[in-house]
Amino acid sequence: MEILMAIVIGILFTCATYLMLSKSILRIIIGTGLLSHGAHLLILTMGGLKRGAVPILTDKIQDYVDPLPQALILTAIVISFGVTAFFLVLAYRTYQEIGTDDMDQLRGTKHNE
Amino acid sequence: MSLLHWAVLAPFLAALLVPFLYKLVRRIHTGWFVLFIPIILFTYFFTLIDTTRKGSTIIESVPWIPSLHINVSLYVDGLSLLFALLITGIGALVILYSIFYLSNKKESLHNFYVYLLLFMGAMLGVVLSDNLIVLYTFWELTSLSSFLLIGYWHHRERSRYGAQKSLLITVFGGLAMFGGFVLLSYIGSTFSIRELIMDSGQLFEHPLFIPTMLLILLGAFTKSAQFPFHIWLPDAMEAPTPVSAYLHSATMVKAGIYLVARLSPVFAFSGTWLWLVSLFGIITLLWGSFFAVKQTDLKGILAYSTISQLGLIMSLLGVGAAALHYEELDDNLYLAATVAAVFHLINHATFKGSLFMVAGIVDHETGTRDIRKLGGLMQVMPITFTVAVIGTFSMAGVPPFNGFLSKEMFLASMVHVLELDIVNFTTWGALFPVIAWIASVFTFIYSMIILFKTFTGSLQSEKLPKQPHEAPIGMLISPIILASLVIVFGLFPNLLSTSIIEPATAAIQPTLTNDLHVHIGFWHGFKPEFWMTVGIIVFGTMLFITLKRWWRIYSIVPEQISLNNLYDQSLNMIEVISLKLTKIFMTGYIRNYLIYIFIFFIAALLSTLFQKNAFTIDLDHVAPIGLYEVILAVIIASVSIVILFAKSRLTSIILLGAVGYTVSLFFVLFRAPDLALTQLIIETISVALFLLCFYRLPKLGNRKEERMAFRWNNALISIGVGITVTLIAISAFSSNKPFPPISSYYIENAYKEAGGKNIVNVILVDFRGLDTMFEITVLGIAALGIFGMIKLRTGRKSE
Repeated sequence: MEILMAIVIGILFTCATYLMLSKSILRIIIGTGLLSHGAHLLILTMGGLKRGAVPILTDKIQDYVDPLPQALILTAIVISFGVTAFFLVLAYRTYQEIGTDDMDQLRGTKHNE
Repeated sequence: MSLLHWAVLAPFLAALLVPFLYKLVRRIHTGWFVLFIPIILFTYFFTLIDTTRKGSTIIESVPWIPSLHINVSLYVDGLSLLFALLITGIGALVILYSIFYLSNKKESLHNFYVYLLLFMGAMLGVVLSDNLIVLYTFWELTSLSSFLLIGYWHHRERSRYGAQKSLLITVFGGLAMFGGFVLLSYIGSTFSIRELIMDSGQLFEHPLFIPTMLLILLGAFTKSAQFPFHIWLPDAMEAPTPVSAYLHSATMVKAGIYLVARLSPVFAFSGTWLWLVSLFGIITLLWGSFFAVKQTDLKGILAYSTISQLGLIMSLLGVGAAALHYEELDDNLYLAATVAAVFHLINHATFKGSLFMVAGIVDHETGTRDIRKLGGLMQVMPITFTVAVIGTFSMAGVPPFNGFLSKEMFLASMVHVLELDIVNFTTWGALFPVIAWIASVFTFIYSMIILFKTFTGSLQSEKLPKQPHEAPIGMLISPIILASLVIVFGLFPNLLSTSIIEPATAAIQPTLTNDLHVHIGFWHGFKPEFWMTVGIIVFGTMLFITLKRWWRIYSIVPEQISLNNLYDQSLNMIEVISLKLTKIFMTGYIRNYLIYIFIFFIAALLSTLFQKNAFTIDLDHVAPIGLYEVILAVIIASVSIVILFAKSRLTSIILLGAVGYTVSLFFVLFRAPDLALTQLIIETISVALFLLCFYRLPKLGNRKEERMAFRWNNALISIGVGITVTLIAISAFSSNKPFPPISSYYIENAYKEAGGKNIVNVILVDFRGLDTMFEITVLGIAALGIFGMIKLRTGRKSE
């Protein structure tokens, strides 16, 4: 299962990278979204999959899934959500002020020449 | 702190006081206060002559960084005392001269004297330091203060150019020298020059000996304006004339000479040293004297003349190093070369100092230094003329002045080079006296140009900016003192021989001078050097008279291939090339930077993976594959690929939402209920946010939404990233884990210690609560940031 997940994560990373290399700011943000999904799944996969029960203590069960990666992912999800939201509004404001979503047109030419 | 330390520190302390004196006592010229410092120091150093004459030395040490063996140890022997006397003596005369040269009202004197005192202290530090690191510190301080002094009239473009050029060249050499010092202290395992000299025999064997020597020589040659690093000196003539007289004739340019003389006992065992120092010296001598004739600016001639005289001293030091190899030769002939070097060093400081002051007076009183406009000043400025006669004849090597004596000794040493038969001197050694003679002829010519073009002929009053008249007496005192010294040392050279020259020679050649007795005779018979001098005067006079006929040779070599042009071009090239290089990779496109990052990521990780042969697949402890997971995997993979081909923004947002929900389904399957819950909510909010933002955006004009254009290189890089991640994930999972996970602790203690049954939540708020606190902070900051971005519109208001 972990091998399969690694391949799925690789596909997520590929798509994310390809989107981040595009011109449109929206696609870049979608790329970062895919990238964080990939990273979260990677953390979970590396902790090992399906070995034991849901990590909520019950009297009869001894074997639980590793809870630590889950806690880490939970933190990561919230942080990436915060950053994505900020990034989105930034893109929105850029769009409003400058009137373009093309990264090539957002190039800072003033100090480059 | 000994008296010696206070002597070095005194100029720095005085420099602190100068601005206050300048502001508080405006009526009196600040220079009068400063004048005391060098006079007191000169008197102090003068009393030390007695000590060094007896052959004893003074060592005083104050710890600075004891843990690194860096101590401010000051060391007085004949050589450093000679330099200290030059620095303070000429320093006093130059300050006296500058009082009359620089106006109290027009000039910012506080800057001038602060820089000058800084320089004086730094220079004293250079010549008195025994510790290599301290020596280097003071060395760079001389470069800095010289930079400030050259750029004193900073509103002039030429001054800034000259200051920058001199700083670049001398600091380049200084850094090389620092490298040499570090290597030298590594080889000799001490920073102390005295200790290095003591075991100089062993240092010679070390494989790093030659690189060390080359680096240190680079420093000495750049500072002392040796070919081809001499180009900064003529441009440094933009400095006020007292500065040129002090720094660029008597003191700073001799720092390199000092260094070569000081380290001669360490390096002279090597034939390479002998060759390099004498060869570069003699080339500089010829080059400088040849091009001095071409100059039309008085200070330009003097600058090139300084270059050539420094070359002369340098070549004498090189030849003098042969004394170490050939002590069995009769008369210690090569020791005589060292004596000649020391003697000429003193002589040059006297006559060149006076000549610079003469040039300054001429400039001050006529308003120009161009010899094409000058002429006939003899009647108007008789005293200046007399000083100039003494200075120029001494420089040309005409009796009875001191320059004659040292020039004779120089020629004698060069003739003796013919007798050397080591390190290829037999084949090329014959060139030395020939070059020396030709250079001396040119020296004679430019000396005469200075004298006759300025002071004889007809007075061209209409060309001169000012009506010329004799300088004020105060300005004349210093050049008169120097000129009298020229005569005194010329007539009674033995005043110096036992008191100064002998101890200085002993310091340069410490192993050979047990029975050294310097006696400088005024007349030593019809030796070859006498006939050479006669030849110089005869040929020099002839060439000077016919100057106009052969002057054209200077236009044979075009200006484009001159060294100055080379320097300017290469400086320009460095700027242009680095700008072009930067423009190639700093494109301003985010995509390009991302490509660099991704390519580096792929290359570094994949190459490491394959180099270490780290890729492993181990199917032993993988979990079994279930049907649901396979379906979800297919969905998530296909959906994310479809995003790439989505045409409208809306579709891609919804597809991203689909990926998010599938991920939360994965969380369900992989037994992570909290994650699934959070993921579900957050994905919903994110998609809503996306839609909110991008659905309500202003229209994009005529531009239609279109599919992403396919690019091969982007695709390759993306696939590379994906493969790298997959390979590393598989290898990391398959390889043997070095230690078991720590989660068993959390599972066992979640209820016992924290009283909670949901282990994930207990970890989040109890075991690892700090993470959660800062994650809340992140959310808070994001919220505030979003609020600020939407509400604050400062940019608009200002428009």
